[in-house]
This record gives sequence, C-alpha cells and structure tokens, in this order.
Amino acid sequence: MTLADLADLLVGPFVEFGFMRRALAGCLALSLSAPPLGVFLMLRRMSLMSEAMSHAILPGAAAGFLVAGLSLPAMTLGGLVAGLAVALAAGLVTRSTVLKEDASLAAFYLISLAGGVFLVSLRGSQVDLLHILFGTVLALDDDALTLLGGISSLTLVALALLYRPLVIECVDPLFLRTVSRAGGPVHSAFLALVVVNLVGGFQALGTLLAVGLMLLPAITARFWAADLSGLIPVAMLVSMLSSVAGLLVSYHAGIRLPTGPAIVLAAGALYLVSMLVGPRGGLIHRLVRRRHLEA
Amino acid sequence: MSGAVNGGSALAGAIRFRGLTLGYDRHPAVHHLDGTIAAGDLLAVVGPNGAGKSTLLKGIVGEIRPLDGTVEAGPRSGAIAYLPQAAEIDRSFPVSVLDLAAMGLWRPLGAWRSLARQRSRLIEALAAVGLTGFEDRPIGTLSGGQFQRALFARLILQDARIILLDEPFTGIDERTTADLLALIRGWHGEGRTVVAALHDLAQVRAHFPSTLVIARRPIAWGPTREVLTPPVLARALRLSEAWDEAAAICRHDAHHDAHYEVHPADGAAAAEPHEHGPSHGHDHGPAAHDHRGHEHRHDHHHDHARHGAMS
Repeated sequence: MTLADLADLLVGPFVEFGFMRRALAGCLALSLSAPPLGVFLMLRRMSLMSEAMSHAILPGAAAGFLVAGLSLPAMTLGGLVAGLAVALAAGLVTRSTVLKEDASLAAFYLISLAGGVFLVSLRGSQVDLLHILFGTVLALDDDALTLLGGISSLTLVALALLYRPLVIECVDPLFLRTVSRAGGPVHSAFLALVVVNLVGGFQALGTLLAVGLMLLPAITARFWAADLSGLIPVAMLVSMLSSVAGLLVSYHAGIRLPTGPAIVLAAGALYLVSMLVGPRGGLIHRLVRRRHLEA
Repeated sequence: MSGAVNGGSALAGAIRFRGLTLGYDRHPAVHHLDGTIAAGDLLAVVGPNGAGKSTLLKGIVGEIRPLDGTVEAGPRSGAIAYLPQAAEIDRSFPVSVLDLAAMGLWRPLGAWRSLARQRSRLIEALAAVGLTGFEDRPIGTLSGGQFQRALFARLILQDARIILLDEPFTGIDERTTADLLALIRGWHGEGRTVVAALHDLAQVRAHFPSTLVIARRPIAWGPTREVLTPPVLARALRLSEAWDEAAAICRHDAHHDAHYEVHPADGAAAAEPHEHGPSHGHDHGPAAHDHRGHEHRHDHHHDHARHGAMS
C-alpha cells in the first residue's frame, strides 16, 4: 500500500463528502468539552451518574419529538429541561432528605426513562426510537453544528471559571463550605454542564451513547496521566482519536455499521489497549514488577 | 464558675454562646451552653466519646444549625479555620501537597486570582510544618502524620483569628504531635483563639491553659488546673451515656439558669431543689418517667441532657 493509498483511506472520505466533514467537526467539538467533564465525574466516583443523567434526558427529547417531530430545537430544549430538572430535583432531595445523591438520582432517572419510552411509543415508530437512541451523526445540519460548537465553547469557558472551586469541592467539600458559599452553586453549575454536553452528545451519538464520549476517554486517560493537567488533555486526545477512527471505520466497513456506536467502540478499543499497556497502573505494568528504588 | 463566662465585649476572635443547643434529629448533643470563649484563649474541649465535642465545633463553624440559642463567632463566620476530625477529604483525588495547602489562600485569592506569586508563601508554610520537599507529591502518597502536617500548613495559610481543631492528634505519632503542638502554641502567642477537642488529658494539662468539660452539656469550664478534677471527669462520663429514642420535648428555658457549676460530687447536685415540680413540666409519659425518675435529681438540667450524641 502506498502513502497515497493511505492518505486516500484516512483523508479521502472527509475530502469527498460534506456530511463526513460535518460529522468530524461536530465530534471534535464534543471531544473538547465532554472529556474534561468526564475526568471530574470519574474522579468524584460519579461515572455512573452521567449514565443516569443521559437517560433522564430522554423524556424531554421525547416530549419535543411528540410536539414537533424530529426537530432539533424542540428535542434539544426538551432534553435540556428534563436533564436540568432531574439534576436539580435529585440535588434538592439529597440536601433535604436522608437519601444520598446516587440513590435519589437513580429514582428520578428511572421515572424519567420509563416516561420517555412511553412518550416515544405513543407516537413514533421503531425507526424514530432508534433515531433518538442512536443519534444522527451523519446528518448534522448547520443548526446542529452551531449547537455543538456553542456547547463546546460554553463548557470550556465555564470550566476555566469554575476550575479552582470545583477542584476544592471535589477534594474537600467541607473545607469549601467553611470558607465560601460557592460549593452548592459550583456543584449545580457542573451538573448543568454535564446535562448540556449530554444533550449535545445526543445529537451526534444518541442518548444511550452520549455518555460514551464523556466517560470512556476520561477513564482511558487514567492509565496515561496522574494529575488533572495531564488527564484532561489526554482525555481530549483520546476522544478525538476515537471520533476520527469511528467515522472512518463506519465509512469503510463493508457491512452497514452505524456511526455513533462505531465511535464509542473505537473509544472502547482505546480503553482496552490502555488498560493493558498504560504506564499508570496498566495490567502489564502491574505484572512486570520493576526493582524498587532506594528511597 | 470560672472566668471564661461573660467575657463581655464583642472582641474580634471571641466566641459567644447564648443558650446554645446543638443536635441531630431534634435530639440535643450539646445542651444549653452559655458563655464566651475569650479572644486569644487556648481552650481544650474534653469529654467522653459522644459528649458533643465535635458537635460543638461544628456548631461554631456553622456546619450544623443550632436547635436553639445562638453562637456568635468572630467578625464573620468565614474568619474561622476548622480542621474536622474525619476530614471528608478525598485523598485519591490527584492534587499535590502544594495545591492542598494553597486552598488555605481561598479568602484572599478566591476562584480566579493567580497563585503564582504566592509560591514562596506556600513553600514557607510547608516548611513550617516540616514538609519541605513534599510540594509536588500527590496527597494520596502521604502518611497519616504527613497528611495532618499538610492540613496544618493549610491552617497556617488561612491566617484565621479563630482556629478550631477536632481531635487533631488522633493516630498521629509523638514527634508529629509535638511539632503540631508547637505550632498551636505559636498561634496562641500570636493572639489567635484556638479551640481543640481532645481526649488526652495529660496533653491538655501540659499545653492548654483553659478547659471546657462537656458531656452533652457543660460540666465545668475554667482554668485547666481547676477544672480537670476526678469528680468532674467521673460526672462527665456518667452523664454521657444513653440515647433516648422517645425523649420528651425539652421545656427548659435557655436563659433563666445560665449557670452550671463544678459540682464536687453528685450528692451535692442531688441536694439542690429541682426547679420543676413533680410533673417537671415535661410532657413525657409516666412510664418513661418512672424508670428514670432518680436521674432527675442532679441539677438544674434534666435528663434530656443525656440524649444522644455522636461526635
């Protein structure tokens, strides 16, 4: 295989087809904003919480779908409202009752998910449901791209502003409470960013897989970097690689391979490889014991 | 009743309690505390497990809201530095020792101002607690003693008028304890108010000029020498035993008998006329009343003072 063939293989699809370029731009935008949030979720042991949250978005999107059919603004707005409502309600229940956050969130997202499936089945066909669940990354229009770009920019700016209190809130929430009232608002703002990114991700990858680009790169980064200044860029990089790889594989594959799952599977493959060979606690590095140091 | 009560003026750094009752789920853990911790005091709070020591510190810092009464501390509650007993700190979170200490600069720097120019201050604080060279170590790799030292560095950087320490030496070796005690003496010398919940009485006698003994309610408060006597301690131990699930509603008036005394022995307390009549103004049932009737003797306070604490 010549270099030209390789270039054709890797770059050709994007040069040739506008929908591939759009898909790439959308996924790269998401790759800049979702993985840093995933890093914080993972470090706070809230990984599964984002999964729950992605289910919570479904009924809102479904309500939008019921009202306006497959319309981006309606479904996005619905998803945002539902996601934020569940996040806030779960937070409120956590603060005012004995339930811990994971339990109250689980309760709300289960209600929400069941409600969403119910709503969709009221009107739509199986195809519509698949559309919502697995996304439409190859059909991103201008509005969708603008939305993804906006969400990405908003997330990066907000994270920069919240970074210090967010880290303190993660490490020592009690300390933050004694020196400042920022803890509660910072936590809520963080959850809101998660919801916004999941809504964005659900445009590209669907609700069920939106979490994939948020968490898998972050978890993968854990095997390559130790602190936040390493974890966040590595997670972004992994997410971008997965996006490109997923798009190319689904394009070239002989069988009809849906693009959203292909991207998440690519991220999953990177995770498995990192788990084996990653220098920070990867399996092989654990098995090969190096001589300990003198001090 | 000794000196610390009725400190008068609202000096910065003083902590004043008025009929303060703190607790969980309506069960008081600290009952009807009145008095003032003078600015610049170095006070040990001692008492058996469950006596309400931690609860009292949480109440001062505003972590739990009073069930009744008030606590006024410092010019603003934010001027208090607080080291909790079981810190909720996530030690697996990847931040460095320097980052942890730097949190102490939240008040001047807030969320956005640069830390870069403060580096020498941070290094200095870490040096003061004997952690020179540990700046870039992740907090997860520190030993218990080193971690406590790092938290003391953060306290130094907080530069607070009032410093609250909850069992700061639990699980800490002698040398580290000695170093940290020297820091505490330094803070005392600088005129800061330091309140520490402790259980090592020898340590209290050696280093803390004044002491508050509590057992869900104040037992004795004053100069350590006069307060830490066997009868007081025995009484404290006896008074902090049971949690009564079916406790009656407390009708105690927080302000009308704001004094408690060092009783030489329980007999003296028993001899005092109880202000409540045979019905003692509580609305608990006769059954609950019967089996605990004898306990109503001890003094102005009644048996609700015995209710539950988890400190």
